[in-house]
Amino acid sequence: MAVTPIKFYQTGSFAVGGRLLGDDQRSVQSGRQRINSIDCGHRACQGCGEALGARYALDAAMRATGNRMVAVNATGCLEVFSTPYPETSWRIPWLHSLFGNAPAVATGVAAALKAKGRTDVRVVGQGGDGGTVDIGFACLSGMFERNDDVLYICYDNEAYMNTGVQRSGATPPAARTATTPAVGAEPGAVFGQGKNVPMIALAHEIPYVATATVADLRDLEAKVTRAMEFRGARYLHVLVPCPLGWGSASHDTIRIARLAKESGIFPVFEAEHGEIVATSKIRHRVPVEDYLRRQTRYAHLFGDPPRTDVIEKIQALADRNIRRFALLEEA
Amino acid sequence: MEHEKPFAITLDVGSSRANKTGAWRSERPVYVDLLPPCNQACPAGQDIQKWLYHAESGDYETAWRGIMADNPLPAVLGRICYRPCESACNRGQLDEAVGINSIERFLGDEGIEQGWTIPVAEPSGKRVLVVGAGPAGLSAAHHLARLGHAVVVRDAEAAPGGMMRYGIPRYRLPREVLDAEIRRIADMGVVFEQNSRVTDVVAAKAGFDAVFLAVGAQVGKRAYIPAGDTAHVLDAISLLHDVETGEQPLLGRRVAVYGGGNTAMDAARTAKRLGATDPVVVYRRTRAQMPAHESEVTEAVEEGVSMRWLSTISEIDGEGITVQKMRLDESGFPQPTGEFERLAADTVVLALGQDTDLSLVDELPDVERADGVVRVGPGMTTGHPGIFAGGDMVPSGRTATVAVGHGAKAAREIDAWLRGQAVSEPPTRREATFDNLNTWYYSDADRTVRPHLDLSRRVSTFDEIKGGLDASTALFEARRCLSCGNCFECDNCYGVCPDNAVLKLEPGERYAIDLDYCKGCGICVAECPCGAIEMVPEET
Repeated sequence: MAVTPIKFYQTGSFAVGGRLLGDDQRSVQSGRQRINSIDCGHRACQGCGEALGARYALDAAMRATGNRMVAVNATGCLEVFSTPYPETSWRIPWLHSLFGNAPAVATGVAAALKAKGRTDVRVVGQGGDGGTVDIGFACLSGMFERNDDVLYICYDNEAYMNTGVQRSGATPPAARTATTPAVGAEPGAVFGQGKNVPMIALAHEIPYVATATVADLRDLEAKVTRAMEFRGARYLHVLVPCPLGWGSASHDTIRIARLAKESGIFPVFEAEHGEIVATSKIRHRVPVEDYLRRQTRYAHLFGDPPRTDVIEKIQALADRNIRRFALLEEA
Repeated sequence: MEHEKPFAITLDVGSSRANKTGAWRSERPVYVDLLPPCNQACPAGQDIQKWLYHAESGDYETAWRGIMADNPLPAVLGRICYRPCESACNRGQLDEAVGINSIERFLGDEGIEQGWTIPVAEPSGKRVLVVGAGPAGLSAAHHLARLGHAVVVRDAEAAPGGMMRYGIPRYRLPREVLDAEIRRIADMGVVFEQNSRVTDVVAAKAGFDAVFLAVGAQVGKRAYIPAGDTAHVLDAISLLHDVETGEQPLLGRRVAVYGGGNTAMDAARTAKRLGATDPVVVYRRTRAQMPAHESEVTEAVEEGVSMRWLSTISEIDGEGITVQKMRLDESGFPQPTGEFERLAADTVVLALGQDTDLSLVDELPDVERADGVVRVGPGMTTGHPGIFAGGDMVPSGRTATVAVGHGAKAAREIDAWLRGQAVSEPPTRREATFDNLNTWYYSDADRTVRPHLDLSRRVSTFDEIKGGLDASTALFEARRCLSCGNCFECDNCYGVCPDNAVLKLEPGERYAIDLDYCKGCGICVAECPCGAIEMVPEET
């Protein structure tokens, strides 16, 4: 029988913190002195996964860099809800240019810092899936290809949420969006389309590629911290559920991200120099149905009659991920 | 100076904190303290989750004091309690219940070892007589002494402890442990008068302001069974009593015990230790219907006690017993079948339950009696002002833990009565149910197993069977507590709020919600591991 190491305090290492934890075991988010890179009063919807993911990632990056960091932001929800003129929620150096050029701008900032000899200041680029997977993709691929010293973080909520939930290259099959309505024989987004940017990033053989979700804070923080140990191009892809676009309850944001991981539909892994080095194992495997049912963007799969054929196809994708990324503990 | 503003900028840039997004909210999160199921189930009324919280940090003394607030006998109950708390424990639905009883025992032993004492209040000038030095009497004496009253305990036996000493064998409760916890109560100023049976409460009450009666149920029930002159029949209570006082009862090698309760198991297991080769328990129903606790039956069987279920003894003679087989009717009641069988037996031990000798209240017509016990109110009051009663002599479950609870309850009531006040009942709390927990956050962790004495030594000696936890395993076990319905400061709410609207206060002060910015999304409620936050509608 395999011996499972038990990580205590009490809730294991799965909770954000714990009163009995030593400083070395603390998550960034459990600290009273955390930076709060994105401050209160931002106009994100109730239960916004992206607001959460951005704070998690940037606070961890701030700690990893000793607060010497510049963030560049693509257009998208994150930019719109945090900086309506004249307010800003950002408590870190923050730049915004255009929808499609955040990786290029981040490259430029890194080059300028290098030219000034300020290699102590690090650069993080960030954007949603629209700005990353579709509109900014050429800039991103160029950034990877040149191995520019930037950590690029994609907050993936699987559609263009800011402009009214249109399909993006990251929208999963069968999901209903404003441009892929739940009509016809194959309702929702089409199977076989879209881009898997973490795998594309992997193919660029850059120093570091990882995926994460807002449901596992410690994993996310560890990956940001690890990413900042490298120089060169790095990519982090974070699943951030969107209550508005996904049609989920605002209190379910973290639960849904957890179900995405625990069903295998969103594989969580880590790669260095083109090779996968670690995967986050599934703790309590669930069928994809548990994940899909909590979102009205899949409501058409559970009508009368239910589209069990489509659910099975999605389950097959999850099962493929489980095999491909070895997501289950060895028995 | 407007001209100094950059091109196209007309407003000063400011923080988004100016935007009070709390106005969006229709529900707000509220921290709650619910009633954990362990606490709900404890007959002694212990707030178990509360003292486990201290044990989790290794602060064993504070944890011990938490137990002592309700139960002055943690080392004793940590051995003999039937653990209703563990049956109720929510963790039982996840993997295995928290070993509450093992931790209680560890803390009780630690209290004895470290010599921790309980401070007593300024003398109140009131005197209370406690009749009976069993668990109910000891509990009442402890609490009354703590509250500053002068307490005298009168007891019929040579040594205090009641059924814990004279009914529970040493292999379950070593006497040095019992003695140590009783000594602590004596050290608080409680006066024990042993060998002094109270036969008349009216006479005994003189000189006291209140009386607590806890004489237990000491009389073994008899049943009419035709028995020849040569038959050797005794009752289990006398057997256990004799063993305790050092009188070796003559049992022979073949012993039949008649009954299915815990006392029957104790009698059979004691007989085994005294040299009986094949003790047999005869019970008229099935194992599932046995009132004996599951673990007692299992341990008895392990030790070589055999069981004859669905059987009654119809005749006893010098050679053995005649057993009639029974069958259960539709309502689960045993009915005779007319089939008989002979069993060889040198001795028959009757373990058919116990009665209370209530003659001491004969002179008190206002003390109501029914079904052989004294009727009491919720505060253990009898019909006679100033006289209270508890333990096995009142209607209740007959366990030491129930009795300890009665003692504590009576002490609260007596204290209020002596001071001319009413008992202030703590507000009732809603129960923390399993479905309120977010168990994903808890590590999978199997229960720590207590060591057991080797079987060969179990059946040949009266050495204690179960070992205890040590400081590290006790800590591990305490940390398995899910803290149902009560915040344990895991920082999850603080971490998961997308609006930074949860404020982390000083250690021990928990958290507050910044209602200026809380949008009411409810993630903190959904992700709280222990269900200590709930959403309430915002008033409009």
